[in-house]
Amino acid sequence: MPLNESTIVAMVRDRPGVLNRISSMFRRRNFNIVSLAVGQSEQPGMSRMAFVVNGDDATVEQVIKQLRKLIDVASVSLIQEDTMISRELALIRVNGTASTRGEISQIVDIYRAHIVDIAPDSLIVEVTGDEDKVQSLKNLLNTFGITEMIRTGRVAMVRGMAHVHSNNSGNPANRAA
Amino acid sequence: MKLTGGQIVCESLIKEGVEVIFGIPGGAILPLYQDLPRYPQLRHILMRHEQGAAHAADGYARTTGKVGVAFGTSGPGATNLVTGIAAAQMDSVPTVFITGQVARAAIGKDAFQETDVTGITLPITKHNYLVMNASEVAETIKEAFYIASTGRPGPVLVDIPKDVFTEEAEFSYPESVNLPSYHLPQEADPREIQAAARLIKEARKPLILAGHGVVISRAFEELMQLAEKAQIPVITTLLGISSFPEDHPLSVGMPGMHGMAHASLAIDEADLLLGLGMRFDDRITGDLNSFAPNAKIIHAEVDPSEVHKNVRATAPLIGDLKKTLRKLIPVVEPKSHEEWSQRIAELRMEHPLMRPRTGGALLPQYVMQALSKATNGNAVIVTGVGQHQMWAAQHYTFTQQNSWVTSGGLGAMGFEVPAALGAQVGRPGSVVWSVAGDGGFQMTMSELATLAENNIPVKFAIMNNGYLGMVRQWQDIFYEKSYVATHYTHNPDFVKLAHAFGIHGDRVTKEEEALPAIRAAMEHPGPALIDFVVAEEENVYPMIPAGGAVAELMEEPV
Repeated sequence: MPLNESTIVAMVRDRPGVLNRISSMFRRRNFNIVSLAVGQSEQPGMSRMAFVVNGDDATVEQVIKQLRKLIDVASVSLIQEDTMISRELALIRVNGTASTRGEISQIVDIYRAHIVDIAPDSLIVEVTGDEDKVQSLKNLLNTFGITEMIRTGRVAMVRGMAHVHSNNSGNPANRAA
Repeated sequence: MKLTGGQIVCESLIKEGVEVIFGIPGGAILPLYQDLPRYPQLRHILMRHEQGAAHAADGYARTTGKVGVAFGTSGPGATNLVTGIAAAQMDSVPTVFITGQVARAAIGKDAFQETDVTGITLPITKHNYLVMNASEVAETIKEAFYIASTGRPGPVLVDIPKDVFTEEAEFSYPESVNLPSYHLPQEADPREIQAAARLIKEARKPLILAGHGVVISRAFEELMQLAEKAQIPVITTLLGISSFPEDHPLSVGMPGMHGMAHASLAIDEADLLLGLGMRFDDRITGDLNSFAPNAKIIHAEVDPSEVHKNVRATAPLIGDLKKTLRKLIPVVEPKSHEEWSQRIAELRMEHPLMRPRTGGALLPQYVMQALSKATNGNAVIVTGVGQHQMWAAQHYTFTQQNSWVTSGGLGAMGFEVPAALGAQVGRPGSVVWSVAGDGGFQMTMSELATLAENNIPVKFAIMNNGYLGMVRQWQDIFYEKSYVATHYTHNPDFVKLAHAFGIHGDRVTKEEEALPAIRAAMEHPGPALIDFVVAEEENVYPMIPAGGAVAELMEEPV
């Protein structure tokens, strides 16, 4: 079966150690996480986490089921690519002097990114978008020399009316359920 | 009513119906122990090692169906529990472990006897807690018992700092738990029930694979009804042993690595497998690509994550097994499979478990048959892991429901001594035999003192071959008899050892001594031990090498 990247969103109880429980399960079961993002959700006491997981359908199905088994995980859903809005944010520190700043600034504008800090020999670029956009900007800035980068990992939501439910049909995890 | 955290623990345990606690005190848990005398309804059995406490709680839980409880102190007390917790997790045994922790202010400071027990046990518990306030103790214990005993059962650990035991809080025991994020089992999908019934109707060579889930959900009657109504032969997995009487005409035996050849060959020929409360473990399937090549699969299982994990099910029935079977049985049509039963009988004839042998050293298989005969298949048999376990599984004829306690998933040597203790405490009226290897026995034999102290009448049958027998067998078969570090050249005299602990001891070296010795041990009112000096280099057959296909099955050499 082909390997692919799948986006999984989980609602979890906002409790000490919950991230540890989840990451420990991923490690123990040898699941491959590409990225993980976590933060407050709209519900008090609950956090929403987004995972990007690399694996075939059977692996993704196991990831979802194993997540659901954790006592602190309230719901899990797989987000289908065609209905997904996904973004990540990156901060990139790039070498830049008075002579190169202009060129960098042009590139940043094209990507609708922002320069958020300027020092005599470097600047920090903030970019938001899907991974391809972030990756592509990073590749361009590489020619100036990137000295530091931090990325949040993917956060994702379902478009419009196709809300996130833990039991949408069509999930590999629900073929069994 | 204001109580201390320790008193709240005791009150909560009583509310949960706990009668017995296995444990050992220590500094951090001492305040809880000092509260115990106020609660005489809580019987505490002082063990000799926390591993023993954990396995005893496990054995108790398996034989009673109640939640087993063990106490340990912080640091080494808690780490000693770990093997027992992992065993309970792998075999889905409802258990609650309460550990003392260093005082709150000392947590994270590498204090004396501090370990991060919730961290250590995170991957080997169903859930765990560190309770930081006395006011949270009651609710946490309520949740712990609820989680341990519902759905797919498992161990829950509650770690409580020393000063939480002494802190006062208002006590009222919650009526119910508030755990919206905990998913209880669903009911099996009615469409899948119909699909399963259709598959059974169409099948010509169906087989039931009955697992531990039958025992856990107490679905003995339902399994019998299904098997008899559709005349489906029943294979029992290692942990499914004693879910179906082995003297029943539909009983086939155990499959897998050391299962009966005819059972493994039947799976190979079957056109339908009904996996009931089992998880298609690697010891059963071997090579997944060649497992049951002709079979469709109905998989009835309480844990959704087990379905499609190792094998793809045609009809997944997710839910409590007893409820699932109760829905399935009425829609299954009565059938007979005479040709198929005939075929299995033929396979059984062609592949006897053991050829008759005369002369030579005492054979462990014979000891198991003698034990079976002396107890009429009615004893509770407890084993650790290894050759003795396989011989017991193969040669003891189990006729009693839920009379088999073994360390299956974890495969923990030493389980057999304390788990038998717990089993006997849970079933005071039953004859409990611990079938042990000389290796495993020596890992936990300190619990003989606990047995003697409490006059818990467990009987031990040590299959003493002077080797870590199963490891030696692998060295024999896969490493050209290079017996590295498996030979015990100086075992203790187990009979003298029994006497030193103050229990009945006997030695058997010949076949004709076996039955009388077994009967004498059972007539003895207290704990008893028999040292069976068995053939040193006897191997367990049949054997399918790890990850192998049925075609690679090795039978007893001529």
